Amino acid sequence: MLEWLIPAASTSADEIDWLFTLIFWTVGFWFLVAQGILFGFIVKFRRRPGVRSQYIAGESKDEKRWISWPHYVVIACDVVLIAGAIAVWRDVKQVIPTPDETIRVIAQQWAWTFVHPGPDRRLDTPDDVVTVNELHVRNDTTYAFELSSLDVVHSFSIPVFRLKQDAVPGRVITGWFRPTKTGTFDIACAEMCGLGHALMPAVLHIESPEAHAAWLGDRTTVAAATSGSRS
Amino acid sequence: MSMPATAHEVTAVHALESVWSRYVFSTDHKVIGLQYLFTGMAMALLGGFMAYVFRMQLAFPDQVVPLYGLVTAREYNALVTNHGSIMIFWVAMPVLIAGFGNFLIPLMIGCDDMVFPRLNRLSYQIFFVSAVIILISLVVPGGGFGGAWTAYPPLSASAQYNHTPWGAPLWLLAVALEFVAFLLGGINFTVTVMNARAPGMTAMRIPIVVWMIVIASLVFMASVGPLVAGAVMLLLDQTVGTRFYDPTAGGDPLLWQHLFWFFGHPEVYVVLLPATGIVAEIITVFARKKLFAYKTILGTSIATGIISFFVWAHHQFVAGIDPRMAHLFTITTLLISIPIAEMLFAFIATLYGGSIELATPMLWALAFIAEFLIGGVTGIFLGANATDIYLHDTYFVVAHFHYTFFPIGIIATFAAVTYWFPKMFGRRMNETLGKLHFWGTIIPFNLIFIPLFLTGAAGQHRRIYSYENFPQLSTPWLNQLAVLATLALIVMFVFQAVFLVNFFWSMRRGEKVGANPWNANTLEWSAPSPPPHGNFAAMPTVYRGPYEYGVPDRELDYWPQHVAS
Ligand code: HEM
Ligand SMILES: [Cu+2]
Ligand SMILES: [Cu+2]
Repeated sequence: MLEWLIPAASTSADEIDWLFTLIFWTVGFWFLVAQGILFGFIVKFRRRPGVRSQYIAGESKDEKRWISWPHYVVIACDVVLIAGAIAVWRDVKQVIPTPDETIRVIAQQWAWTFVHPGPDRRLDTPDDVVTVNELHVRNDTTYAFELSSLDVVHSFSIPVFRLKQDAVPGRVITGWFRPTKTGTFDIACAEMCGLGHALMPAVLHIESPEAHAAWLGDRTTVAAATSGSRS
Repeated sequence: MSMPATAHEVTAVHALESVWSRYVFSTDHKVIGLQYLFTGMAMALLGGFMAYVFRMQLAFPDQVVPLYGLVTAREYNALVTNHGSIMIFWVAMPVLIAGFGNFLIPLMIGCDDMVFPRLNRLSYQIFFVSAVIILISLVVPGGGFGGAWTAYPPLSASAQYNHTPWGAPLWLLAVALEFVAFLLGGINFTVTVMNARAPGMTAMRIPIVVWMIVIASLVFMASVGPLVAGAVMLLLDQTVGTRFYDPTAGGDPLLWQHLFWFFGHPEVYVVLLPATGIVAEIITVFARKKLFAYKTILGTSIATGIISFFVWAHHQFVAGIDPRMAHLFTITTLLISIPIAEMLFAFIATLYGGSIELATPMLWALAFIAEFLIGGVTGIFLGANATDIYLHDTYFVVAHFHYTFFPIGIIATFAAVTYWFPKMFGRRMNETLGKLHFWGTIIPFNLIFIPLFLTGAAGQHRRIYSYENFPQLSTPWLNQLAVLATLALIVMFVFQAVFLVNFFWSMRRGEKVGANPWNANTLEWSAPSPPPHGNFAAMPTVYRGPYEYGVPDRELDYWPQHVAS
């Protein structure tokens, strides 16, 4: 359903879209029924000369079933939707697959810093690649991320991944994603973080392993050439 | 406005009073109610103007906005923040609870005034000061506060981050004062309803709107304490440099979020309950029906009030809380749909077998039900933790809560104003203008916010002054939706002129009416229109419940509460 509006490019995106669709049809159906009854009553019971209203208190059990039955329907739907929500949330937020790589994301007013592991696929080694407002990931690879903020609350949002996670100063928050299609997509900050909040865009590049290796190759040569001056 | 003379002893003194003491420093609950109503309406124009300005920027980026000028990122943030704050704290609350609460409670329970009239006046005066302070906060050096109406620290706590050294503390001071005003009002309402009811006005004969205002006041009083504590800490962080919310000094930014939403979510129901109460009163009168399942509705309001305290962390699904907590809050959040849905079903059932007259107040009341249903069902997408990961802080949220807040804050207000106008001023509003205004508001309203569901589902975040930097989120199609929403807003504004004309013209020139033009049952309609200071010529006695319409074997299809037989 959401794919009609925006591409889905991660495994979690598919699950979240599924839940969205489930909710859409469940509540959509009952919503139409309720509106239909409302408008039906308005038309059917319009004031007519000589016709008096009926006296119905709605206190007896017999009368109350007109609201208690729909109420059971609401409860039943709630149970189904809660089950769906819990299942998807578990998969997205709680069952964390073993990552192939870890990246570090640092938010600050008003830029994103990304630390990519280099060709050795491990962080905190000399071949790490640091970029600003540009994130490069391999397709079909499971990533863990470590998110932090240097000043205020920001929110790391990648709409095509259906991923959003606040960056809270003082904490390192972890999460994961696994891209499923290549391309170039938007990253945004989703929490009001001051004057430059709208000016915190970053670009997500999801690359094939070859393209990613080529990009890393370029970067690590540069890093190697400048590493002498770094330390 | 003329003040008919009555047997009430104070009238003679009052005749000598100046306009000043009668309309400005009055302790009469009706005058105070109207003061709240008029202040709220003026603030609504300001809050609406802000919406116009920032919507224009979204539809036509970086162009001069007529009547305003260029919108910078800084101004955009301040406009969004103050639009939200003003609409909630200076429009919805004062109009629905303070305005109609004040006007209706003594009239509906049959007493001459609030139990503490001076406290009541003080409450309005503090509220007025708070409104002045929020206005000042918009023009001080550095401009108005721009950290969103939720004011999350550390952004809101330090001028180094928010760049509004005066705007942020003044904003917070204004909000805090406003809370004090409503605390005083809430105490007064509760005490009055408990103690000052007319003989025969038993608990189960109290009109449902009065019940709901009292429940709302209690919910407000129970939720605001933690927030005031949080606000004091925030004010200290801002002004004297304490660091309650600063993690580098052992503070915690999430502490504020919990305190804020522990108040902020119940707050939604604080304004919702009076609004639904108003709708309930109106549908019974214009369907000539007894309110379906009065006791069940009362039970659902109490349940809603209670459950509203257990849902706050659904605003924090992506804030870095323990993921297990999200399950609990998903369950409680979806649970609240049960009493609310049941209440709406009871309203719909009330229409069954009725004799429905589509007068303007009834149109508004029915529109409330239809539109609020949209707000309700779209809330499920956000209450379900997993879909909220995606939808949080997008325009989907903006559309959802406007489908709840617009019915609450605007539709219910128009329902109430058009319904009680004859009581307030002794004259009727014009029906043709009323219907024109109704359609001129409802149709554009949907054209503003349905597009925003789509832009939100497509991933557009809120509080972003320009999408030019996001190629994927600013496709031509999304931009066209933004233009549609903005044009609809302009149309809606133009039609508000119809309301203003109708209101002020009818106040002086409208058709004169007697005490009970709608043939309604509740006690306020037994007082003269407009009621004098002291309300009733003789204190009423109550013989039955408020909704005896269409009683079999009676000649009249209504049976006022104060009529003995
Ligand atoms: C006149 C019709 C209205 C229009 C066109 C309108 C439009 C908007 C829009 C587009 C936003 C989102 C701005 C953004 O996030 O960038 C917004 C925010 C908001 N609106 Fe309205 N609104 C209207 C009336 C109301 C009413 C009646 C209420 C409440 C009673 C309200 C309460 C809010 C709140 C609380 C926010 C959130 C502010 C924030 O993010 O800090 N609005 N409005
Ligand atoms: Cu940010
Ligand atoms: Cu931001």
